[in-house]
Amino acid sequence: MSAAGRTVRPVSIASFAQAQSVRRESERNEAESLHPVIAEVFANIGITKDDVDFICSGSTDYLIGGPFSFVMALDAVGVWPPRSESHVEMDGAWALYEAWVLLQEGEVDAALVYSFGRSSLGDLNEILTLQLDPYYEAPLWPDIVSLNALQARALIDSGKATEADFAAVASRSRRDALANPKAQVRKDVPVEELLEDEYVVAPLRRHALPPITDGAAAIVLAAGDKALQWSERPVWITGFDHRMETHSLGARDLTVSPSTAKAAEVAGVADGKVDIAEIHAPFAHQELIVAEALGLDDSVVINPSGGPLAANPLMSAGLIRIGEAASRIAAGQADRAVAHATSGPCLQQNLVCVLEGA
Amino acid sequence: MADEQTDAAGPVTMLATPIRLDFEFTPGIAQSKFLRGLERGEFLGQRCGTCGKVYVPSRGTCPTDGVPTTEDVLLGNSGTVTTFCVVNVPFAGQSIEIPYICAQILLDGANLSFMGLIQEIPTDQIRMGMRVEAVWVDESELIPSLASVRYFRPTGEPDADYDTYKEYL
Amino acid sequence: MTDSEVLHAEHRLEYPYSRSTGPVIGAFLTGLREGRLLGATGSDGRIIVPPTEYDPITSDDVGELVEVGPGGVIESWAWVAEPLRKHPHQTPFAWALVTLDGADTALLHTVIAPGPDALATGDRVTARFRPEAERIGSMSDLEGFVPEGGAS
Repeated sequence: MSAAGRTVRPVSIASFAQAQSVRRESERNEAESLHPVIAEVFANIGITKDDVDFICSGSTDYLIGGPFSFVMALDAVGVWPPRSESHVEMDGAWALYEAWVLLQEGEVDAALVYSFGRSSLGDLNEILTLQLDPYYEAPLWPDIVSLNALQARALIDSGKATEADFAAVASRSRRDALANPKAQVRKDVPVEELLEDEYVVAPLRRHALPPITDGAAAIVLAAGDKALQWSERPVWITGFDHRMETHSLGARDLTVSPSTAKAAEVAGVADGKVDIAEIHAPFAHQELIVAEALGLDDSVVINPSGGPLAANPLMSAGLIRIGEAASRIAAGQADRAVAHATSGPCLQQNLVCVLEGA
Repeated sequence: MADEQTDAAGPVTMLATPIRLDFEFTPGIAQSKFLRGLERGEFLGQRCGTCGKVYVPSRGTCPTDGVPTTEDVLLGNSGTVTTFCVVNVPFAGQSIEIPYICAQILLDGANLSFMGLIQEIPTDQIRMGMRVEAVWVDESELIPSLASVRYFRPTGEPDADYDTYKEYL
Repeated sequence: MTDSEVLHAEHRLEYPYSRSTGPVIGAFLTGLREGRLLGATGSDGRIIVPPTEYDPITSDDVGELVEVGPGGVIESWAWVAEPLRKHPHQTPFAWALVTLDGADTALLHTVIAPGPDALATGDRVTARFRPEAERIGSMSDLEGFVPEGGAS
């Protein structure tokens, strides 16, 4: 059992906590917002910062417009005595991957992973343009909504989906979010009503776009004895992989996600029945593409948490997918789940995590 | 046709890609308290309930214990220079005439020093351990910014004992 | 602390970046300044537009640059009814991925057309360059694409 993506050393998701996702956190700064989440993720299992050997966070300076912004967030953890710590300029799901790799190697037995970000501080349309090719694409300043509209239209033109399919994803997501007090957009609106929304950039209407969200999340990973001590029903990571496609939008087939399919294959999604899939698809049409790439059939419950259409805290939305899937296994609502995270424009980079209850 | 044309400007080797992003900056609750304190002509810090340290300015949590610092502490106007440097090099955006003294000031009662400008002393007489006090702008000019503090100047007291600030170097 | 006590300020981040292009991107931008579109030859002979320095699949150096276009086909498009402040056009336009004649990958740019009803995936368009005196060696040297057959 040592192929890449399959676990060598069993690692469990021992604890998960997330901030209330809100449109705008107007008072507290990043450390102040993050602190209660860190406190909760430890308190859930009765441990302290001294019980983890490694700390890894995911966030980006581009949301706050300042350098080394992740360093101030460490105040929320309390890094004394000096700790082994790392950071990725990515969604926290990738910070989780880095921590998982370290745990696989036997270097450490427990890790704290967290992510945070306030999307409300800047103009996301302009900020996200800066992830594009700086010579060929960014100078034209194409916004993320327009790029996703290109992908959505390609999907419609291929015959694989309709605008009603996008609305169905949005309707289901926000209705399911009614059961998730941490989500931001929670309402039951039927498809017919959604299809009367104005286009933001056709074929995407407002309901097909994610909300703008300030939020944070944290997960504690454990291996060996700690995994068994900290959880009554450990949630094991049995497969974990991520893949990236070319950054040139015109060189990709935007209607499919080969990186998700490859990561799913390497992580062993098809090795067993999938009860739940938490998919990080900020735009409604993307869920259809990812679900197909993961090889999910109609029996799989997708995004029982409401998904990113109900709350999209940038840098945390992927980590939250993993946490939400793990929570449901821990609660006995599912035995096996797939969690997915994405980064880059139009599903350029994708991560797949397979979780199983003991 | 194009092959016969010569490009008098030469091949392109550089591309200008100016970037501008606009943000809203919020310092958060604890730092806002500190800045509001400056607006009143006061130095306001916060104490950690676990280790007892007083941070000024505070960022809202104790960096060693990772707990919120909820107790506000009003600090005085005087402190000790823990270290300093004399700036002689001109740089873009410099607003103070060189040479000038830049120092770390440990306010009485604080467990964290911060940077300030030292004036009213020749640059060759500044010393570690020197006792200094804040000089504020006129009351009508107080704003929620460190610009409300014009500078720090010697108080004339004997230098502080090395033991009182050696942990802050 | 009330929201009125917590402070807020505007913060503008601005940098005048100037990037070296290297020989491949530089050649493409030089081509734009000359009013030409170029693609790079990949390991399997396919023509990559815009050119990458290395084949995205094999990582080999790309081969010679060849001219492509100026006509091409719309692979996908998106009508922008209300342009944002940094968009290349300040009147309604469409983003598009255009596969130029002779190319195997699509170029991201814009289509200038009277309205969304004038466009469809699969339509042929042709490149419209800015006047020579206005071209500087950047993607904006290409003003956009226009529907072939003159509707603009």
